[in-house]
Amino acid sequence: MNLTSLERSMLDGDHGDAVRQALAYQVKVGEFWNATRFVPVTNVHMMGDIEVMGDAGLDWLRALRASDGSCVVPVTTNARCIDFACTRQFGQRPDEVAKERELVSLLQALHVTTTDTCIGYQAIYEPRFGERLAWGDTGTVIYANSVLGARSNFESGPAALAAGLTGRVPEYGLHLDAHRRGTFTVDVRADLDDVAEWGALGKIVGAARPGYLEIPVFTRVSGKPDSDQLKHLGAALASYGSMAMFHLVGVTPEAPTAEAAFAGKSSAETLIVGRSEIELALGAPATEGPCDLVVFSGPQLSLAEIGRLSTEFNGATVHETTRVFVTTESSVLAEARRLGYARTLEDAGVKILVGVCFYILLDLSEIRVRNGWRTLVTNSAKLVNTIGAHGFETVLRRTSDCVDMALTGELR
Amino acid sequence: MLQTISVTRAVGDVVEGELLLSRDGFSPRYDLDRLTGVITRPGHDLEGISIADKICVFSEAKGGIAAGWAYNDLKHKQLAPRALIFGVTNPVMVQGAIFAGIALTEGWSRPPDDGMKTGDWVRVDPMRRVIELLGDE
Repeated sequence: MNLTSLERSMLDGDHGDAVRQALAYQVKVGEFWNATRFVPVTNVHMMGDIEVMGDAGLDWLRALRASDGSCVVPVTTNARCIDFACTRQFGQRPDEVAKERELVSLLQALHVTTTDTCIGYQAIYEPRFGERLAWGDTGTVIYANSVLGARSNFESGPAALAAGLTGRVPEYGLHLDAHRRGTFTVDVRADLDDVAEWGALGKIVGAARPGYLEIPVFTRVSGKPDSDQLKHLGAALASYGSMAMFHLVGVTPEAPTAEAAFAGKSSAETLIVGRSEIELALGAPATEGPCDLVVFSGPQLSLAEIGRLSTEFNGATVHETTRVFVTTESSVLAEARRLGYARTLEDAGVKILVGVCFYILLDLSEIRVRNGWRTLVTNSAKLVNTIGAHGFETVLRRTSDCVDMALTGELR
Repeated sequence: MLQTISVTRAVGDVVEGELLLSRDGFSPRYDLDRLTGVITRPGHDLEGISIADKICVFSEAKGGIAAGWAYNDLKHKQLAPRALIFGVTNPVMVQGAIFAGIALTEGWSRPPDDGMKTGDWVRVDPMRRVIELLGDE
């Protein structure tokens, strides 16, 4: 890579050992991808919690703090594995909870703002068109690239933190114009409404043609999807297909036309997704029996989603053998409380978790076994995919169907 | 040398080990019990099998930022693979492997399951960008 004099001085240790190590790590990553230079970033979003970092990650963070590391651009944190108000309810290990508290303190000492959200683009910070970012959580990245026209690769926890320390990232992947062009066409021949339908579309397309640099161009989409519908489309594409960008002709900023989305490249293939494919994704597996769990999470819910759910649950009561969870972030929850949405949900028996996403909860496999939970119903296509290792039998359904199952306690 | 496969990109130190072949994609978040190193996702073609100390072949990297920290944690627990061989990878896998000091490659001149099988002893040489079959199972 070609380094500036400032970057060479970073590598020489003139800006401290934390910066030296961070840039040396970024150079290795950049060389793998044939990056030729670094580009500055103005915002960083990182994943960092004890469930995924483990003791080794915590030790590394302690060492980083001891070396006087400090972030030089704004850094926020992704949803974490513990809602500190609910650790006893879930029976999460106290020693791990204590580690999580220390981890949060260490991040704050590094000048990381612990927002604990995967919907920061809806609630905290909306980057401008063309803004260069180092964001983690695949759902945030695909939303930033596609819907906002900002530029970020998938940046894992260590990579995002390195960007926070150096203020830059190697230029490869979605930072380059050449990799932001569409690669194949998706002809959507169905009117989509519920977020589960948009997630199902993402599931179908992501699974059909997975690849980080595969960029679907959706054509003939009727109507104008809202932020939550695009959120679920992107989260599912990223989850099933490892994709970091999509174009929706006439909706997303780099796709005023299909020609603009492909920017001179030809479409490698056209996938046709109609009503039958969407219904198949939403109808399988055909199930019956008790509904143990209904989860609205992955990504966290926006205020609008919580408002809609509160309408659906208003005056109702969750079935006595079914548990219902909603996850969101703290400013959304504050507004939901002010507006009465949270009270309506809680009166119905819905549990609201804050600062977490359900599938990353610490000790989730043990929690599942301890509570005898087998079936999990959700309107999130992403959650159906991400929770697989924990042994749940997952069912994807529209939001109103999820609510219906929560109230009757029966799968359908 | 029995067989050699060229890879497109590679990073890490030279390692030898036992091959573990999968035709599925992989994510340490979606597919793996990170307390045991065993793939637990129902339906994965390696369900019930440990990736610890193996040279693992997967068709593609699946989405999931967790890999960035997860490989380092697995290595600390002595549950990490010796190398990761992907048909198509993504930045998170690369960032995580480099952070943990695990060899990783992307792309291949032919699929490893064309001539190699689980249990074979292989060498991964990132500098030379090759995977070499050293001995049959």
